[in-house]
Amino acid sequence: MKRYTIDPVTRLEGHGKIEIFVNDDGEVANAYMQIPELRGFEQFCVGRPVEEMPRITTRLCGVCPEAHHMAAAKACDAVYHVEIPSAAKKLRELLYSYFYIADHTVHFYALGGPDFVCGPDAPAAERNILGVVAKVGLDAGKQVIACRARCQEMIEKLGGKKIHQVTSLPGGVSVGLKPEEQARAIEIAKANVEFAKFTLKVLEDIVLKNKAYVDLILGDVYNHKTYYMGLVDANNKVNFYDGKVRVVDPDGAEHCKYSPNEYRNFIAERVEPWTYLKFPYLKKVGWKGFVDGKDSGVYCATPQSRLNAADGMATPLAQAEYERMFETLTGDKSGKKPIHARLATHWARVIELAYAAEHSLELAQDPEITSDKIRTIPTAKPDEGIGIVEAPRGTLTHHYCTDEKGILTKVNLIVGTTNNYAPIAMSVKKAAQGLIKKGTKVTDAILNMVEMAFRLYDPCFGCATHTLPGQMPLIVTIRDNEGNIKQQFRRD
Amino acid sequence: MAKPKVALYWAASCGGCEIAVVDIEAHILDVAAAFDIVFWPCIMDFKVKDVEAIEDGGILITLFNGAIRNSEHEHMAKLMRRKSKVLVAFGSCAHEGCIPGLANLTTKEAIFKTVYRDTASTDNPNGVVPLTKCEMPEGVLELPEFYRSVHPLDHIVDVDYYIPGCPPQSNQIWGVLEYLIQGNPLPEKGTVLGAGHKTCCDECPRIRKEKKIKTFHRPHEIIPDPETCLLDQGILCMGPATRDGCGAKCVKVGVPCRGCYGVPPGSKDMGMKMISALSSVIDSEEPEEIDRIIGQIADPVGTMYRFNLASSILFRAQDDMRR
Repeated sequence: MKRYTIDPVTRLEGHGKIEIFVNDDGEVANAYMQIPELRGFEQFCVGRPVEEMPRITTRLCGVCPEAHHMAAAKACDAVYHVEIPSAAKKLRELLYSYFYIADHTVHFYALGGPDFVCGPDAPAAERNILGVVAKVGLDAGKQVIACRARCQEMIEKLGGKKIHQVTSLPGGVSVGLKPEEQARAIEIAKANVEFAKFTLKVLEDIVLKNKAYVDLILGDVYNHKTYYMGLVDANNKVNFYDGKVRVVDPDGAEHCKYSPNEYRNFIAERVEPWTYLKFPYLKKVGWKGFVDGKDSGVYCATPQSRLNAADGMATPLAQAEYERMFETLTGDKSGKKPIHARLATHWARVIELAYAAEHSLELAQDPEITSDKIRTIPTAKPDEGIGIVEAPRGTLTHHYCTDEKGILTKVNLIVGTTNNYAPIAMSVKKAAQGLIKKGTKVTDAILNMVEMAFRLYDPCFGCATHTLPGQMPLIVTIRDNEGNIKQQFRRD
Repeated sequence: MAKPKVALYWAASCGGCEIAVVDIEAHILDVAAAFDIVFWPCIMDFKVKDVEAIEDGGILITLFNGAIRNSEHEHMAKLMRRKSKVLVAFGSCAHEGCIPGLANLTTKEAIFKTVYRDTASTDNPNGVVPLTKCEMPEGVLELPEFYRSVHPLDHIVDVDYYIPGCPPQSNQIWGVLEYLIQGNPLPEKGTVLGAGHKTCCDECPRIRKEKKIKTFHRPHEIIPDPETCLLDQGILCMGPATRDGCGAKCVKVGVPCRGCYGVPPGSKDMGMKMISALSSVIDSEEPEEIDRIIGQIADPVGTMYRFNLASSILFRAQDDMRR
C-alpha cells in the first residue's frame, strides 16, 4: 500500500493533514482527514461565571470571534431567561452583518475565488488574490481592502475590539450607537450594498459566462448528496442571528425544524480514534459511515446548505440572485432544490454577502438603532440555555448549564466547521479517488483539484488563510511500505 | 546585501494574532520590503523542511504565537528557537498561556472524559478516544500527544522578548516592527515590547475616586455609570493588575478589563497583584463582613488569572494531590 501525506499547514488550529492510501492496483483505498488539535474549552469553562462566556469563547477562533460572541450571548440570555431589548438585538445583528460582509468578501476574493476567477489550472503563481486583482483590476483589489477596513471599523465601534469582541452580555449590549454615529453606519452599509452588486457582476462575468466553469461546478467530482442545515426565520428565509434550524433531506424535503433547545433530539456526535475532532450527524437518521444518501446521517452546513435549507432570502437583491442560482444550476424554473454541486457554495456565499449588506442597511437606517434602551438586567434564576447562530462556516451551537449562581456546570459546543467535518472528509476522498488512478502523475493541477474539494467549505482550521494571498500550499509525499520517501511534489 | 530573515509561527492559538498582524494593513508591504519573510504558514508556503534547511541562527527574528499544548507544538518551538537569533513570544498565549491556559485548572483525563464522553451531544457508547498511534486497515495514523498542562513558550525554550495582548493591538505591532526596520539597537533581553510601563488604569479615561467597596457586582447585574471607574462601582476590573498598552478598549465600552495584556512591570503574578489591590479598598474592618464582601467575587481564580495562569506562580491545580 502506498501512502500519500498531504499536509496543508495553513490551518487555523495549526496542523491538519490528509493521509491517502493507494492500493497495489493504484486505486485510492481510503483517505483520512486528521485534525490533530484539541484545547478542551468544554471542560475548562466549567466553573467560570456564565456571563464571561461571550468573552472567553471568542478565543476559540480569532478569525470569526463574532460568531462565538453572539452564540455565547444568546445562550447567556437563555440561561437567565431574559428577553433583550429590541434595540440590543438589532445592534448585535448589525455588528454580525458587517462581520459577514467582511468574512465572505475575503473568502470570495482571496481564498475560494482564485480557483474560478483565475481558473483551477492557472499557473500556481497566478492563482491567488494577486491573480484575481490582475483579472478584475487593481481598483477591485482596493475595493476589497476598503470593504474589510470599513467593516472592521464598525465591528470595533459596536464590539469594543476588532478581534475578540466584549460588548454582549446577558440581557443586551454594553454600548449602543450614538445618534451622531448613525450616518457613518449607513454610509458604510450603502457602500457594502454597492460592493455586493459589484461582486455579483464579477461572478457573472468571469464564472457564470464561462461554460467550462459551469460544467466543473455541475461535474461529478465535487458532487455529494447529503442532508443540508441552516437557520431560518419565521418565513423560512435565511437568517444568520436568530430563528429555527431547518434540515432538508437529499431530495429537498424538510427532515426537521428545531428550536435551539431541541438540538439534542436531532444532532449527535461521533468519536473516531484517529482524529481529535468529532463528527456530528443527524441522530434520527444515524451514523452509517462516511457515505452519501438519505440513509446516512451526514449533513452539511455551508452557505449552499443554508440556501438549500431555506425557502429564500429576506432581501430583494439576494432573493433575485437566489432564484437565479437555483434556476441556472437545476435547469428548472420552478425553484427545484436542493443543489448538490458543492462548488456552488462559492455562488451561495456571494448571495449571502448581498443579503448581509442589504440587511445591514435596513438595520443601520432603523430609527431604533440609536436607542439607549440596550440592557435588561436579568432577574430570573439562571439554569440552562442554548444559543444558536449561523457562523459563516456552519450552524454554531453553544449549550450551557449553570448552578443557581450562574456558575457553569456543563458546556457543549458544536462549532461551525465541525458540522462539515464528515462531508469534508468525504469530499477529499472522492476527489482523490476521482483524480488519482493507476499511473497517475500527481501534478500541480491534480493537487489543486484535491485542495478545491475542501477549500469550498472554507474550513475554519484554515480560515485564517482568508486574509492574504489565498494559496493553500501543499506537499504530497509518496512513501513505500517502509515509510521511505519515494517521491515528493510540492505546489507552493 | 540579503535582507534579514523573519518568521512567524503559530502553536496552540486561535488565529487572532495572525489577523492582528494583517490588520497593520499597508504596513505589511513595509515589512516585506525590509525583511525576507521565510516562514508564515498563515499566509505563505508551508516550509518546515525549508526552515530545517536554514542554518541554525539563520533567521533574525521569529514571532511565535500560541501556547504549547501538545508534542507538535513543542517540536516546532524547539525548531524555531534553534533557527532564530531572536525569538519573540507574540501574544498572550505564547507570553502567559492566555485563556487556553485555564485548562491547567483541570486535567487531561477530565478534558478527554468531557469532550469525548460526557458532552450532551456526544454518542460514544464504546468509549473511543483519540490515540497517538491508531492502527487502521490501511496503515497507522498518528496524532501529536496532548500534554498534561498548557505551557507558555518560555517554559519550553529560551525567549528573548515578549509582545503581550489578546491579541496584540495592531498599532503596537507596527510600532515594534517599525523600530526594528529603522535599524534601532535591540533592547535588553527579556524586555516586554509593544506595551506600556504602567497599568491599564493609567490609560483608562474613567474618573477614579477613593475606592470603598462594600458590594461586588457581576457585569450583567448593574448598568454602570459611563464616567466613573468600574472598580469604584464594585465591578471587578483587572485594570490595576494589568499592563497598559491596549488603549483601555474594554473599559471604554463599559465592560471591565480581564487582563489580556498580562502582568504589569514589577509583578510576576496577576492574581497576587489584584488581591493586593483589593485588600486596600474593601470597606470594612470586620472579618465576617470582609469574608462576605470577598465572597461576592465570582470565580476568583478564573477571573484574576484569566490570561496568566500558566505562567503564574500557581501554574496549575495540583491534580495529583487531589486524586
